This record gives sequence, C-alpha cells and structure tokens, in this order.
Amino acid sequence: MTEALLRLEGVTKRYGATLALNAVRFDLKAGEVHALMGENGAGKSTLMKILAGNVERDAGRIILDGREIEIHSPRDASAHGIAIIHQELNTVPEMTVAENLALGHEPRTRFGLLDRHRMLADAREKLARIHSNIDPRRPLGSLSIGMQQMVEIARAVSEDARVLVLDEPTAALSRAEAQELYRLIEQMRHAGVGLIYISHRMEEVWQLADRITVFRDGTYVGTGRKDELGPSDVVSMMVGRSIDNLYHHEPRSPGPVVLEAKGLEGDAVGPVDLELRSGEVVCMAGLIGSGRTEVARLIFGADRRRGGSVRIHGRESDPADPAEAIRDGIAMVPEDRKVQGLFLDHSVENNIAISSLDRLTHGGVVRRAKARASVLEQMKRMRLRSNAVDLPVKALSGGNQQKAVLARWLLRDSDIIILDEPTRGVDIGAKREIYEIIDALARSGKAILVISSDLPEAIGISDRLLVMRSGRIVQDMPSRAATEEEVMLHATGARSRTAPTPMGVAS
Amino acid sequence: MNTQDPTVTPLALDKEGFDFAKWWDRVGILIVLVALVALMSAIAPNFNRVDNLLNIARSISINAILAAGLTFVILTGGIDLSVGSIVAASGVVAVVAAIAGVPAPLAVLLGMVVGAACGLVNGALTAYLALAPFIVTLGTMTFLRGLAYTITEGQPIVASDLSFKDLGNGYLLGIPVPVLLMAVVYLVAWFILERTHYGRHVYAVGGNAQAARLAGVRVNRITTSVYIIAGACAGLAGVIFAARVISAQPTAGTGYELDAIAAVVLGGTSLAGGRGRIIGTLIGSVILGVLSTGLILMNVPFFTQLLIKGVVIILAVAIDSLKTRPMLFRPGAKSARRGA
Repeated sequence: MTEALLRLEGVTKRYGATLALNAVRFDLKAGEVHALMGENGAGKSTLMKILAGNVERDAGRIILDGREIEIHSPRDASAHGIAIIHQELNTVPEMTVAENLALGHEPRTRFGLLDRHRMLADAREKLARIHSNIDPRRPLGSLSIGMQQMVEIARAVSEDARVLVLDEPTAALSRAEAQELYRLIEQMRHAGVGLIYISHRMEEVWQLADRITVFRDGTYVGTGRKDELGPSDVVSMMVGRSIDNLYHHEPRSPGPVVLEAKGLEGDAVGPVDLELRSGEVVCMAGLIGSGRTEVARLIFGADRRRGGSVRIHGRESDPADPAEAIRDGIAMVPEDRKVQGLFLDHSVENNIAISSLDRLTHGGVVRRAKARASVLEQMKRMRLRSNAVDLPVKALSGGNQQKAVLARWLLRDSDIIILDEPTRGVDIGAKREIYEIIDALARSGKAILVISSDLPEAIGISDRLLVMRSGRIVQDMPSRAATEEEVMLHATGARSRTAPTPMGVAS
Repeated sequence: MNTQDPTVTPLALDKEGFDFAKWWDRVGILIVLVALVALMSAIAPNFNRVDNLLNIARSISINAILAAGLTFVILTGGIDLSVGSIVAASGVVAVVAAIAGVPAPLAVLLGMVVGAACGLVNGALTAYLALAPFIVTLGTMTFLRGLAYTITEGQPIVASDLSFKDLGNGYLLGIPVPVLLMAVVYLVAWFILERTHYGRHVYAVGGNAQAARLAGVRVNRITTSVYIIAGACAGLAGVIFAARVISAQPTAGTGYELDAIAAVVLGGTSLAGGRGRIIGTLIGSVILGVLSTGLILMNVPFFTQLLIKGVVIILAVAIDSLKTRPMLFRPGAKSARRGA
C-alpha cells in the first residue's frame, strides 16, 4: 500500500453548541478518486472548508506527504497544492476567461503594465492542458456552469494542484458536460492527482470512485473500497440511526382533501402533483436542491409559476404574491428564519402580529389591546414567556425565535401550513415542542406540509412522505411503512424511479 | 446542492433590568436638545424670548415637514434626494397657477399633488423596476430642478398679491401658520406610523423586506407609497416656501434634502431602515434649527456654523451606531429560559 498523499486525523470543528465535525479522519492517495458521502449536515462541507482554508479547525492534524501542515487561509491551501472546485465558483463572471485564469498573478510588461498577449497565450496553454477548446477571450459569465467549472479545473491544473476537491460538481451540469468532467477526472487521476469527490449521486460515485468514506452527524463512520461495498451498504452507513420516541404521536385520521396541486411547474421544478388532506402531516423528503423549497414557494405565491394549478377547498388558488396566498388560507414558515422569517430588531409582538393585522385593526387603526391579547394568547400556546412580548426578537434563542414565527401563523389560523425545515438549528427541547404543536395543529384539522432534511424526523412526525429528486416527486408513501434506507434510495436515485417498488402510491 | 453547516443556536439574551441602549433610544436625543437650549439661553440673552422661539419654530418648519415625509422613506430603507427639488417645482406650479387665477386652496392642493406625483414616479421606479432609490431620486432631483427653471425661464416670478401668502406669513391664534402646519403634519405622521396597520407595514418593509413579503406585506405598494408621502410633504413645504417669499423661486429648496436627511438621522432613524421614530425626526429638526439660530445670535460666522453643524451630525450618528453595536454578542450571556 502506498503512503497517503493527504491524511486528516482527529479533525474537530465546533459551531457554538453544535459539533459539526467530531474527530474525523480521512486519507487520500495519489492517483485516487475518494468519494466522501453523507446526509445533509454530515460535515462534508465543513471538512472541505477546512481544507480550503475558509474555516479554521478547532483540533486535529492535516498531514500532506507525511508532513504536518497548517492551513489558515485559501492562500495557504493553494500554496500546498490543494484546490477546491465549489458549486459556487470563485470567479468573476464579468471578466474574460483569460483574466480569470490569470487572477492574482497577472503577467506584466517591462513597464509594469498588464501583458495582454502573454495572458492570452498562457490561458490558451492552460486550457490546452485539459484539452478544452474554450475561447479565452469570452467573458466567463457567458459560459455555461459546466464550462465555467472547466475553467476552474484548468486553473487548478495549471497551479499543479496535487489534491483536488470536487464538491457536487455535476449538480448543475448537463449530461454531456458531466461526461466531459468524468474524462477530465480520469486524466487527472492518471497524472497522479488525488481527488476528493463529494456527491449524493450513487451512479456517479460508483462510476468514478476507488474508495468511499461515509460521515454521519459530524462523525466518521467508515471507509471501504468500491468492490467491497454496495450502494445499500453505503446508504445504511449514511442513515444508521433508529427513530426514538421523540417523534411519537397517536395515529391521526386524515380528512378530506384541502389542497390539490396539478402539474405545478417552476423554473427548476415540476411538474409536480400533490394533495394535502385536512388533519394530515405530509413530509417532503429529499436532498438539498431537490426542489422541495421551490414547490412550497410556488404554492405560497412567493415565486412565479410556469404552469399547473392549485385548488384549495376546490377553489382555484393562483396567488400573485404571498399576501394573496395568505388570504387563500396558506401559511409558510420559511427555511431561513433570520433572513426570511423575522424582523430581528422588532418586538416579538410585532413579529407575531404582522400577518394578522387586517384582523386586528378597525378602519386601518390597530386595536392595540386586542392585538396584544391575541399575541399573548399565541405566545402562551407556544410556551413563550409573556414578558418577552416587547423584547426585540433577536434577543430570543433560536428555538424561541422559531416558536415566534410559528406563533405568527397560529394567530393567522390558516388552514394549510407549510413548514420549511422547522427544527433546523433548534435545540432538542424546542424540537419536541414544535413536534407537539404540529401534531396538535393536525388534530385540529389543519393540513400540514413539512419540509425536512432530517430523515428520522421526516418519517417520525408525518403520516405520508413525498420524496423529491431533481425537481420531481419520485415517491409518495405512507410514513408508517417507510425506512430511512428506503427514502434515501429514492432521494439519491440509487433505486431507479422506473423500477417497480413494493410501496403503493398513497391516495 | 451543497450540504448545510449546522446552524448555530444563538445565545439567548432574554435579559431584564437597565438597558442603556434602550434608554438612550428613548430619551438620549431629548437630553441633547435640552442641553443645547440651556446652553443657548445662557450664552445668547435673547434666546428664550417667546418671539425668538416662534421665529425658530417658523424657520425650522419647512425642513421639519420635509424630514417628516423623508422619515417614511428612510424607515423602509430607502432614500429620497429629490425632495429639495420638489420644493421648487411644486412652489413654482402653485404660484403660476395662483397668478393664472386658480383659487388659493386649489393652487395649494395642486402644489401638493405635483409633489405626490413626483413621489409616485420615484416610488414606482424604485419598487417595481427595483432601481436603486439613490440613483432614481438623484435623477428626479436634477429633472425637477430643470423643470422649475424651465417653467420660470430661470427667473423668480414675484407675485406680490399672492393669494396664499398667509400660508407662509400669517398667524393663527398668535402662532405662525407654517408652525401649525408642521404640527398637523407631525400629528398625522405619528398617528400613521404608531397606530395604523399601514405604519406597521412600513416598519416591516424596512426591517426585512424579504420577510415582510413572506409575511404577507405588499412590499412594492408600501415602497411606492412612502415616496408619495415624502413627495406630498415636500409639495406642502414648497407651497409654504413660495408663500413665505411671495414668489416662485426656481432655486428654492436647493440642498434642503441634505438638511432633512440630517434631521432624520439625528433623530435616531436608521438609514438601513426598520428602526426609528417620527418624534425623533421632529427633535432632530429642532436641534438643527436651534443650533443655527443660536449660532447666529452668538455672531458665529457662517463658515464656522457649517463646521459646527457637520461635527454635530457626525457625532449624533456615531452615538447611534455605537449604542446598537455591542448588544449582539455579549460573552457569558445566560442560555435560553423557556417560558412557563
């Protein structure tokens, strides 16, 4: 066995109270493609950010060629020959390909001016090394994402990168572009570069990788050669948890259909058909980027629909903006509480009352006593301390902030409640309370659609699961019978959509 | 797509007891005003005579009315540089209309409508075309100044028997009419911002436009409307100005937008939007007015007055910024206390 090119030992990273990486290890040999897999939040991206010098580790060693190295900045990383190809590219779209390739070390003439001739010649040479025929004079932004990625790779190759990290590189690529990327990966492997390949796509991993390492919840689970492992082994390594009684709820009995979407289409999703019943909790599972949030935003009128229809209680609902959707009886707790949900400087009362002011006013004038009383009633229901009512909402903990957003919609009393990642970044106590509220809401006859990337949660709290992949719902199944493995197989496409499944399509 | 970093659970700061920042927010600016008045009374013997105070009130009324309208815009996180030019355009239109025989109330109303229409253009371009308000209102500022010059052919139009001249020079119950109008504007503005549905939406848009939209606020409509309010206020100020000088002046209001912005910011309204109070703007205007008058009474040369005013504005904003900063991350804050 050859000595590892890169070895990570005991790498730990903490964000506040959350342990993002707990003493993980990883090793990479020269001329190898090593896939790193794990669910959302497993710690893969944190590890890559540490390698890239964007994030400082709290503990652990990074050993390159048997020598321990320090990476404190992106500059350090590239000095050690470590290059990262992100999904968000580190390039300047307004500048030409050649300018981007020369960024930071532009060639100069004797007079200290930019040497355009040499810059262009250098760029041609760099692109030739990866057998690309991109015209270096074009503005980078005019190229497809795939071609922009090629430019990034050309830069990495030109800097003689020895470790190349590819983070979901094919997420935005067409099939042909992906093939081109695979060819390049082979080329670099033969040149002795070590490649770390982060991907959720099973087929791709099986086509490219020599070895696979799995992380889960910030810990190292295991590593195996491709020929030792099967896709289902990897999936169970990725999920490998049991559902505890955190999610326990009495069986619910869903009522009539409240919301019915047909052929819903947005810029990147659809067509999607779905139904929500009164008294039912439906969870949308799937990987980040599979289009779950987009579907929710289409229903809520936050994004423009390209096609399809939504009926609520049998009546057509085509909201031009969220204000109209709210009038139609829909509520949405957005994904990013701080950016999309809260007015951080404003009082808890104003944050809760904002969506129900039309009911709390008389001739446009706020009925203050009534507003205050209604807000306090919902705060009590959410078990928020009543003396927080005048505090700025930013003074609350993450869990209490989320409860304040929920209280807003409890006050609105909408029939359909969409919750996008309602427990992300929330402590376990508040999580349990949010589950109880969801259950109580369903029992009171609301239709609830939850988006969750936490698989045990998605299965545990719901009556029915919709699994999304690449902008479509690929599976609709009762939660009672679902296993994490099953959901993961559908979400990653390890089981083809066309393959027969024992699970029937509910309703 | 990318995997997510585990979200950091923020430390809770559910705290009680004395909070300097909050206290300063409420009364800080008032203390500055009281101190300033005390200082002026001590130095300038004629300062607190009633007629002098009324003079001060009248001299600040135009800036204060501009600043009231501008407060709405700044609360949404926007800016309006065109209000000074609207003063000229609306004043010119009102005077020309009055000379042409339009009855006084209608001429005054026309001036305000011109202002509101300018605001509609500013607001619609900002909201629906998502243009930067700084640039949009820089453009309309230039355009409207040009319009005022064009209508007047570059010369002041003196109308010695101007039908609505009492608006600038009259008294009612011993109080100058502009001061009464200012009081009405502030009462109405206070009521709208503090007591109505609409006012809460204005704060929401400035606090977080994205969240406001998802909470059901019609962000574009609110954004458009605040520029209309600023325009209408500037229109009123323009009519008062014209009445005061009994003429249509194409150069009226030059630079007033900056004084109005200074008053709003001095009054504690955040340029980022979402934070501030109309009463603060009134106090900010008064401070600037008292400062100018006091410095004149003390025979401070005009050039020196500018130096002092500049320093005062920067000091006020610095205090405002410092008081909000150290709040967020305080080591050792207690963890979340969940309510009973």
